[in-house]
Amino acid sequence: MSRSRRRRVLSAVFSGACAASVLLALVPLAFILVYLLKKGAAALEWGFLFHNPKPVGEPGGGFANAIVGTLVLIGLAAIFAVPVGVISGLYVAEYRGSRFASAVRFAADALNGVPSIVIGIFAYSVAVLPVRRFSAIAGGFALGVMMIPIIARTTEELLRLVPESFRDGALALGATRAKAAWSVVLPAALPGILTGILVALARIAGETAPLLFTAFGNRFFSTRLNQPIAALTVQIYTYAVSPYEDWHRQAWAGAFLLVVVVFALSVIARMATRRLERMHG
Amino acid sequence: MTSETMTISEPVKTASPRPALSVPPASPQSAEGSIPRVETVHLDFFYGKTQALFDVSLAVPEKSVTALIGPSGCGKSTFLRCLNRMNDLIPDTRVEGNVLLDGEDVYAGSVDVVALRRRVGLVFQKSNPFPKSIFENAAYGLRINGIGRRSELPERVENALKRAALWDEVKDRLREPALSLSGGQQQRLCIARALAVEPEVLLMDEPASALDPIATQKIEELIWELKTAYTIVIVTHNMQQAARVSERTAFFMMGRLVEYDRTDKIFTNPGQRVTEDYITGRFG
Repeated sequence: MSRSRRRRVLSAVFSGACAASVLLALVPLAFILVYLLKKGAAALEWGFLFHNPKPVGEPGGGFANAIVGTLVLIGLAAIFAVPVGVISGLYVAEYRGSRFASAVRFAADALNGVPSIVIGIFAYSVAVLPVRRFSAIAGGFALGVMMIPIIARTTEELLRLVPESFRDGALALGATRAKAAWSVVLPAALPGILTGILVALARIAGETAPLLFTAFGNRFFSTRLNQPIAALTVQIYTYAVSPYEDWHRQAWAGAFLLVVVVFALSVIARMATRRLERMHG
Repeated sequence: MTSETMTISEPVKTASPRPALSVPPASPQSAEGSIPRVETVHLDFFYGKTQALFDVSLAVPEKSVTALIGPSGCGKSTFLRCLNRMNDLIPDTRVEGNVLLDGEDVYAGSVDVVALRRRVGLVFQKSNPFPKSIFENAAYGLRINGIGRRSELPERVENALKRAALWDEVKDRLREPALSLSGGQQQRLCIARALAVEPEVLLMDEPASALDPIATQKIEELIWELKTAYTIVIVTHNMQQAARVSERTAFFMMGRLVEYDRTDKIFTNPGQRVTEDYITGRFG
């Protein structure tokens, strides 16, 4: 009797502790969202989305340059990182026993742990100093370097989930190992890999440090790849530390927009996965 | 099923004492009058230091069905996979002796493994269609091997599906995912996939062991029809299946070929005591 009572009390205590922990973890998220909604959504208007920044002192203007700039930057990053990341993930998964594959995996983990500011400095010395100019390419490169290990590891993990029998089936039909990997194993893991790529994009879309001295930011609308380019994160920073009340409001709106973009990418990733999974049966 | 195979479900027991395992392995035998298509000569196989096959010499005649039976772990699947070198994929394995396809050693240095696997197809125990459409599954081998012109692809796919007795069930849904098919249909799709590249020999590793009786019956009928055009070697755990579909049966035990003869002989009047004990279910 007392035993079962003790058990029930303990169970209630632990359930309560779990619930409390979850709530505690959710509080910061809820706080950020509510605060952003209150401050940011209020400042968000059509002009903010479609206008470029106005000169200091003039009211109005918007973040159109930064919105386009961020899209250009993450697009460039994807162009750099997706082929390298997917192919190295494929290599590590297919040749998992080999020493070189272990080295590649270790390198990816190490790169994943490098602070983003360090990656910014690296991109600065590689892509900015030699040509003596900040550029969209340098910014995209920095973001791409951050993306490579995320994509490589996701690809590897998903490829390892593909049943061995697919590979054997292809080999039994006369496929070479490379052909089997390329034409059967990789497509089987594709939905997951695409999700991984979108999640990685969402992750780097919010990066500021690697862009500070690569893409640099730009007050004007630009899509030229060899010129400095604006980015949401950098522009939010610039506006937030400015002394102007109007700019502070716009920084909040920018922050809100950034969260919406990241959230949208995650949702698209989910939907794309589902659609592809249906196609695969 | 034919009437002659129906009669052999109950082995005839003879009173004469037979020597047990001590008899040397059967010598290479070829069926009367037919040319051996696949033949192994003193074949040994090793997984690392463990020997899995001991001195197996067996000749499979052309356009016939040969069943490999024996208890689990007796080496019959290993033997099957030696014939198209699928064992090459397992690290640290070694082959001694010869595997001959039309008299040529498939383990010779000059042999192209990819070309060999085109000539010797393999159907797996668990059906493993690719996560692609039905059409793409049947077309896969043709595509990767660059067989035929692009415009011929639909025709070749249709032929393969017809030969695998699947065409009527899937002809209106070729673009649908292969994984939407039933288990038995998936296995026939895998057979179609293997047939599409027009192999000469078809190896089947317990092709019906994961299927229900009706699907199994379809596969067996299919095998019966395919043997008019292909040389088939099938591994099975199901005695009745071996009796029904095959003309010759090889009994393996502990990595050795114990007995190899006409199926009706093996099932009615086996030459070895162990064969009879196994077939009558006294162990296994």
